[in-house]
Amino acid sequence: MARAAVLGRLIWQLGEVAELIDETPRVKTLVLEIPDWPGHRAGQHVDVRLTAEDGYQAQRSYSIASAPEYENLEITVERLDDGEVSPYLAEELVVGDKLELRGPIGGYFVWEAGQDGPLLLVAGGSGVVPLMAMLRHRAATGADVPARLLYSSRTLEEVIYRDELDRLSATDPALEVHYALTREQPEGWSGYARRVDEEILRETAYPNGEGVAFVCGPTRFVETVANGLLAVGYAPERVRTERFGPTGG
Amino acid sequence: MEEQDLKLDGNAAAGLFRELFAFELTTARGRCDNCGAIAEVGAVAVYANAPGSVLRCPKCDAVLMRVAANGGRYWLDVRGISWLEIHA
Amino acid sequence: MSFVSRGFHGKRRDEGPSGRVPPGQYLVDDFPVLSAGPTPRTPLEQWDFAVTGAVAEPKRWTWDEFRALPSETVTKDIHCVTKWSKLDTVWEGVSLDTLLEDVESAAEYILAFCDGGYTTNLPLEDVTDGKAWIAFGYDGEPLDPEHGGPARLLVPHLYFWKSAKWVRGLRLLDDDEPGFWESLGYHMYGDPWREQRYWGD
Repeated sequence: MARAAVLGRLIWQLGEVAELIDETPRVKTLVLEIPDWPGHRAGQHVDVRLTAEDGYQAQRSYSIASAPEYENLEITVERLDDGEVSPYLAEELVVGDKLELRGPIGGYFVWEAGQDGPLLLVAGGSGVVPLMAMLRHRAATGADVPARLLYSSRTLEEVIYRDELDRLSATDPALEVHYALTREQPEGWSGYARRVDEEILRETAYPNGEGVAFVCGPTRFVETVANGLLAVGYAPERVRTERFGPTGG
Repeated sequence: MEEQDLKLDGNAAAGLFRELFAFELTTARGRCDNCGAIAEVGAVAVYANAPGSVLRCPKCDAVLMRVAANGGRYWLDVRGISWLEIHA
Repeated sequence: MSFVSRGFHGKRRDEGPSGRVPPGQYLVDDFPVLSAGPTPRTPLEQWDFAVTGAVAEPKRWTWDEFRALPSETVTKDIHCVTKWSKLDTVWEGVSLDTLLEDVESAAEYILAFCDGGYTTNLPLEDVTDGKAWIAFGYDGEPLDPEHGGPARLLVPHLYFWKSAKWVRGLRLLDDDEPGFWESLGYHMYGDPWREQRYWGD
């Protein structure tokens, strides 16, 4: 149930890069120490702002990857070739650098342990980040609400958090992870080998649209999946979407 | 770039709303003044790649709300919403 | 001075040859797409362009009639209020002088109206005497829907929000009436050389 307590002013804060983790060749996680971080809910995002010497500023939103229970804030960034901000975050930043950010932001695309399940998470590419925060939060609180992640990626190498997802699903009987590899599959691949369509959703979504679904990724992916979930029985109010759009660079 | 790519969810405007409102706007529910559809602000369509942000009804595409932020001044138009229900 | 991000330069922002780029603008190589809503898709068989309002006799052209009118190719610089400018853009279109040739009116203003509901207002004298076109071609090709095709208003001497995409007609008015962005605090006139971006500038 949505609550809307009076919020504090949203102010810009300085975080310090404590660690950089290579997730895939194009994707990096930034672990940030932020004094006075107010805490967050799984699914929320932060705005990151970069300022050049001449005063020019660029700002982008990034989903928080860490669970609220983690000690430090983590964001996972995909480097876009023609991006303005992501190449800086993924290639220039070093441990000890400071990063200006504000948050946490967003009350709509959030999930908290204790909310009704089952939980269906559908990710397209780097759209997995906020959904991973939800799975990490679920694991940290020991919630046993049934959960399924359907994760669409071009190749297996580009799957973010793969080892952690494999470990979580292996050790948690109430969690299932399904991959749809759309461009290239390894030999002997038994998972989905095409773009997510209504048939895949029918097989992976919970029957009768039970519970709630979160869909995140590129706009076109989100549109296809959201429409597909409606077609397989989800009520519109039970499908929450977060489109990335073209400006996520 | 596909035209579809420019359409985002209400959540994309959450940061801008935090600059303006003391409560979380994306979980507020509103009624479209054009077609009567009711939706949470987080579920509406947002077009933010423009001189201002435009929120549109997910059912009929009518303009619900517009916000422009220009160097310390905000311009806000909510004429497309009949009412907003905010949980305090 | 506020915080500076070590090593961040941002995209190279070219301020261009002096005299050609208005204050506060920078040059771009691509053609950014900005939109306030979904792209309309009116089939050409249903498209028409109308001149209405404070006129002795309203006028209307179907797509075929419109394309049969004399057109011209022009090269212009364009300037968006969001600060990007693009030089030497090539457009093909029908001059508004041609469309307004036989229009009798004492009106001093126009409101351009478009598929999707967008509007923008201009003084009539800013769209006559070779200052404005209804453009159907860009860079040698039919105008892309995301850039306003099949046809858009082109008024390059003002900020580009005045060059209304998906234009369907002009309503002639006796008084200036704010359009879509003008009614949200954007400047009623919009001269980039006087940096008239917002109400009160």
